[in-house]
Amino acid sequence: MSAFSATKLRSPSLASPRSPSSKPSFPSSSLRFPLRAVSSDVLTSSAASLAASHPVISRDEGLDLYEDMVLGRSFEDMCAQMYYRGKMFGFVHLYNGQEAVSTGFIRLLEKKDSVISTYRDHVHALSKGVPARQVMAELFGKTGGCCRGQGGSMHMFSAEHGVLGGFAFIGEGIPIATGAAFSSRYRREVLKEQTHDDVTIAFFGDGTCNNGQFFECLNMAALWKLPIIFVVENNLWAIGMSHLRATSDPEIWKKGPAFGIPGVHVDGMDVLKVREVAKEAIARARSGEGPTLVECETYRFRGHSLADPDELRKPDEKAHYAARDPITAFKKYIFEHNLATESELKAIDKKIDDVVEEAVEFADKSPLPPRTQLLENVFADPKGFGIGPDGTYRCEDPGFTQGTAQV
Amino acid sequence: MAGALQAATAALLSSTPLKTYGSYRLRLGSAPRSLAGRKGSFLVVRSDAGFGSGSNARTRPGKLIPNAVATKPDASSSSTSSKPGHELLLFEALREGLDEEMARDPRVCVMGEDVGHYGGSYKVTKGLADKYGDLRVLDTPIAENSFTGMGIGAAMTGLRPVVEGMNMGFLLLAFNQISNNCGMLHYTSGGQFTIPIVIRGPGGVGRQLGAEHSQRLESYFQSIPGLQMVACSTPYNAKGLMKAAIRSENSSCALRALYLLFGGGGDGAPGEHVTILTYSRMRYHVMQAAKTLVNKGYDPEVIDIRSLKPFDLYTIGNSIKKHTPRLQSAIIKEFWDYLDAPIKCLSSQDVPTPYAGTLEDCTVVQPAEIVKAVEDLCK
Repeated sequence: MSAFSATKLRSPSLASPRSPSSKPSFPSSSLRFPLRAVSSDVLTSSAASLAASHPVISRDEGLDLYEDMVLGRSFEDMCAQMYYRGKMFGFVHLYNGQEAVSTGFIRLLEKKDSVISTYRDHVHALSKGVPARQVMAELFGKTGGCCRGQGGSMHMFSAEHGVLGGFAFIGEGIPIATGAAFSSRYRREVLKEQTHDDVTIAFFGDGTCNNGQFFECLNMAALWKLPIIFVVENNLWAIGMSHLRATSDPEIWKKGPAFGIPGVHVDGMDVLKVREVAKEAIARARSGEGPTLVECETYRFRGHSLADPDELRKPDEKAHYAARDPITAFKKYIFEHNLATESELKAIDKKIDDVVEEAVEFADKSPLPPRTQLLENVFADPKGFGIGPDGTYRCEDPGFTQGTAQV
Repeated sequence: MAGALQAATAALLSSTPLKTYGSYRLRLGSAPRSLAGRKGSFLVVRSDAGFGSGSNARTRPGKLIPNAVATKPDASSSSTSSKPGHELLLFEALREGLDEEMARDPRVCVMGEDVGHYGGSYKVTKGLADKYGDLRVLDTPIAENSFTGMGIGAAMTGLRPVVEGMNMGFLLLAFNQISNNCGMLHYTSGGQFTIPIVIRGPGGVGRQLGAEHSQRLESYFQSIPGLQMVACSTPYNAKGLMKAAIRSENSSCALRALYLLFGGGGDGAPGEHVTILTYSRMRYHVMQAAKTLVNKGYDPEVIDIRSLKPFDLYTIGNSIKKHTPRLQSAIIKEFWDYLDAPIKCLSSQDVPTPYAGTLEDCTVVQPAEIVKAVEDLCK
């Protein structure tokens, strides 16, 4: 049974139109009819809920998923605390509520695979394996950060763990992801690395799906059958702009088949459903069948960023999704299927608390970048700064390593 | 020599020792120092005959504007490649450079509109798709921002792409990726990812191509940190700069004129009266003007700077020149004491390029203006 057919296309408890707070200004009749994934690549066998009587995951898998989601949640909560204590600055966008998407997809990937995200990237980095201490130090702007303090909240990179960013402008990361997928295909076919089957996942939001780069990359990925998965984290809001007010056809999954890509909608508050869809999409990519577009219905419990007063979203909408908290739901699932006991889960909670505390300590102790770091990493080859008036390369100027050279 | 690119260019091209290749010096007379300069803007060929379709840069050694003082017997062969006697047109030189690099390193690939089956709008990639396949010479859909970003993503994951913009103006559409990612990601990732990408394209004023196809956007790209920029002007330096840019670990933007006059100019000794800085197409205008100046008794030194970012302040400093307003301020800052006269900058008019040929000419610096400017400075 294809996982695609197993997804429900709309949560039954949510009446349409989706957001009670704003109605589209023209009839959106499509919202009232039952929906199905329509790509011909998708099997149309009967939909079945995955919350079936037998678990679809092993105990170890379950614990791994649980731990990853709790790490994401605790880390983000700590970020909020640290921000209000003045340890980090600027724009900080928290992922609370969306953990099922990151965990559901990224825990299935291997280290060599690539993940590209947006500014809401802390948890993607954590799920991919970047140590919490490096992410926290990066947020504090310290040299121990994964980007030496030069990136910040919106630019998490890790060459070791395959995290290719972290981008401040929405949509910017999608072409990068397409390029990483192109590299993968190139290595296999041109460089003849037969076993090379790296997969790339691009995460982005509902607002991005109205941006040209999204459509341009869907086209190119389909054209060249690139090993990429486009994951839309549709949390219904782009800062204060409701998805329904910004989008002529709000069903993003439908835009995949327009390019010949299977499009799937999944309940992004349910980590197991996300995981089932992810498995299939990743298998498609690895086997060379090409890209997939996955729309995850999800929700951010906090504002767009820590500076967002979050006044537009109605309390009942927030309450509706708070009741579908992915961690609470998964915990319930674990108990129902006897995958672990309460005390085991509490032990994991405690372990994660320790990890996050340690991350803060590490970040606190990590040194601030000195002036000498200023001119490093601008160019891979610092001779790119050119030759100074005295005839020597600027990077050979003693002031260069002090950060005081004129460039 | 300017940056690493210039040095690399020289190294790559010379099998025999070259004279200063970093910037040309052309001796054309003798007189005390002063300054004049002009800014890169591209030109329409009127005074010289035989320019057929005009959409490709052409250099015909037979119709060279001779140097006023020929310092080397083979100075007229600056249009050739490194092999003596091997004559090429500029687009052929670019292709040769690209072909050599693709043969040498299988990670080098090309992406752009019409680069593959069509052979490139300006024939720079002609025949390469047959030779290397459709994946290595990738025909992209018309989506500059996205395929430039794709090139950057590919560069981050181990390939060495050359992204061709059909026209420099089209790169405006890719400006998001070029400015935010190409120049920046090495830095914001703390040095974890290198982006050895080359973004190239022809630009500037062609022959009545209209305003949007005739943009001079060098200064936009000059303000992007982390990006190197070069402008070729002859087949010789075109090939060298192409190879050097591909081999560089830094991101590079390689510009070339849509329309180049012929006439090379080999190396020469420095002039005494005035230094004229130029690049790309204006080089040929300047050469013409220089000829006139020599006949009038001046001794201008002409330098084709070729590297737009970083500026070769050393060579420039040795001659004292200024080229664009940006360069002007750099020179003033460094060399104020050495200037005998204020720097003069001649640049294209701050107007969109009109379609009409006569008006188009007015937006571009002409040799007569250059001559007058030098005369004014040397008073």
